[in-house]
Amino acid sequence: MVQYTIRRLLLSIPVLFAVLVITFVLARSIPGDPCKAILGEKATQESCEIFIRNHGLDQPISVQFFIFMGKMVRGDLGESIRFSRPVTIILVERLPMTIELGMAAMLLAILLGIPAGIIAAVRRNSIVDVLVMIGANTGISIPVFFLGLLLIYFFAVILKDTSFVLPPSGRLSAGMFPTPFYELWEWAVEPESFKFHLYEFIANHYIFNALITGDWALFWDALKHLILPSVALSTIPMSIIARMTRSSMLEVLGLDYIRTARAKGLPQRLVIFKHAFRNALLPVVTIVGLQLGGILGGAVLTETIFGLAGVGRSVVEATFARDFPVLQGFVIVVAFIYVLFNLFVDLSYAFLDPRIRLD
Amino acid sequence: MTPVAQIPDDNIADIQDYKANSLWRLTLRRIFRQRSAMVGMSILLVIALLAIFAPVLAPYDPTDVLIGKEDGIKKRQPPCIHLLGCDEDQPQHFLGIDGNVRDVYSRMLYGARVSLQIGFVVVTVASVSGTILGALAGYAGGWVDNLIMRIMDIFLAFPFLLLAISIVFVLGPGLINAMLAISIVSMPAYARVVRAAVLSIRETDYVEASRALGASDFEILLKRILPNAIPPLIVLVTLGVATAILDTAALSFLGLGAQPPLPEWGTMLGSERNQLFSAPHLVFVPGVAISMTVLAFNLLGDGIRDALDPRLVHAGVKTE
Repeated sequence: MVQYTIRRLLLSIPVLFAVLVITFVLARSIPGDPCKAILGEKATQESCEIFIRNHGLDQPISVQFFIFMGKMVRGDLGESIRFSRPVTIILVERLPMTIELGMAAMLLAILLGIPAGIIAAVRRNSIVDVLVMIGANTGISIPVFFLGLLLIYFFAVILKDTSFVLPPSGRLSAGMFPTPFYELWEWAVEPESFKFHLYEFIANHYIFNALITGDWALFWDALKHLILPSVALSTIPMSIIARMTRSSMLEVLGLDYIRTARAKGLPQRLVIFKHAFRNALLPVVTIVGLQLGGILGGAVLTETIFGLAGVGRSVVEATFARDFPVLQGFVIVVAFIYVLFNLFVDLSYAFLDPRIRLD
Repeated sequence: MTPVAQIPDDNIADIQDYKANSLWRLTLRRIFRQRSAMVGMSILLVIALLAIFAPVLAPYDPTDVLIGKEDGIKKRQPPCIHLLGCDEDQPQHFLGIDGNVRDVYSRMLYGARVSLQIGFVVVTVASVSGTILGALAGYAGGWVDNLIMRIMDIFLAFPFLLLAISIVFVLGPGLINAMLAISIVSMPAYARVVRAAVLSIRETDYVEASRALGASDFEILLKRILPNAIPPLIVLVTLGVATAILDTAALSFLGLGAQPPLPEWGTMLGSERNQLFSAPHLVFVPGVAISMTVLAFNLLGDGIRDALDPRLVHAGVKTE
């Protein structure tokens, strides 16, 4: 197990390296003068010369590559052109939003998708099965941006005067301010120090922060704001997970050892969960790992619709503002999260299936 | 004992029967038996007919601004259908008027053309390039295989839409660039499927036989191996059209794809999304259209997959 883990960890290093290479290639393939592309069309000759020297663009491409790599390894993602602030600091502010949204969506997708798939497989061809499959087919076909708007229309317009009303945008209601845990507990931190930004990063997970500080009003408010976006974001992965669980379960349920288990007189519950589900889980876990990519991509759309200042919305804004450092930094971080998550998924195979450990 | 290859020549009907049961005919028959595939195909047929006859069916030009051309016409008017009680004095607009005072119904019809074209062009570019790369990797093996497939893996290390947005950043916003981005991003899936198929077919006896008969590598690849890689590819292509339409619409929704005044459904939805509260029809109509088109391709793709997978039929397990 340890050996497998180490090998798998080492194998993901080239992938992470390749992610950096691709972003480097992308950055260098922006057409036209890099200075004008980044500083804007009106940049003067002098400012361009300073820019080129500062960014080492007068160096040969191989040297540029090592400068780039050196910066990335040290966690220096450059400076935003639009905000004139380090990209890392912007990430500290915006990544937590996306993490909360993504986790909520992933949880919903798994907690609803897997049971739906199991029930559909066990009661094959029943009304429940048909409904689950119709739901799953519809779920993967409705665009996230349309579903988001539908949800807003239903919960914020039609149900406006009922107690089911849900907020259509933002992270918190007007007038609500989270108190960061380190301020509440009066931890001494130097502003702008690494520790400060780390605390800030943790505190920017509003729901988590509200939980540990015991601010229940804020917790409830933040949660209410998260419901619609996470539902919108979860439908596609949920549908895919449900379909995969169903077909994987069907395949396993048709095998001989299940018949044997039934013949032994084991109760249905035990046959399904202990014998069938555990063996049907592997393809489901694979698909769950891949869904994170869909969720991180879908966050771009969800955050735009629900007016949430997260990573996804920043990427779109950066594209319009031609703010390359922000796009580059955010894409690298998101790709790293994706690769590491799938590494974690791969490691869980070894836990689920002992045969893999022995390979 | 009769040799295996000998076909009975006394009964011509037998031979015809033998030909009639080719893989394709069997598959087609199985597809026709599947309810969901048929639903998908019917929806597609309707959308395709609407797209083809758009110039005949559309009462207005899709980019025509109607202000000053019709009395009392206003921005974002709700649908007006005479049969459903709309005032007879007013001109009919089945799906209402958009923010630039254009007829939404006409725009939707032309939008069907745009969406179908997007789907087919993106999938063609992605599948042809993916097939070439996958076939090359699978057939050549060695470092060629390694190089191609590792590059494909890197593409898969990025979340789909984010990589597409990054490519659009480099190329600049626009429909063609958005389509190119989606094609590039979806290429690895095709390369993988074709490579896997080529790898399994490469070692079969009939390929060996072809080689013994003196066929060139290119001939073997084109005539013996690729035709057998087609079934999994067809499934991927059908489902790929759905993804291509969905993702290009998403880029257009964000303003990175099709630019106004082109009647593209994603752009139409995106440009009016802030009017959700005052003119919901401008959001619902294109939204439903995208969903239906994507659903149709998904249903059809699933149907073809089940029809092509004999394993599912023989095991008595049908995922449909």
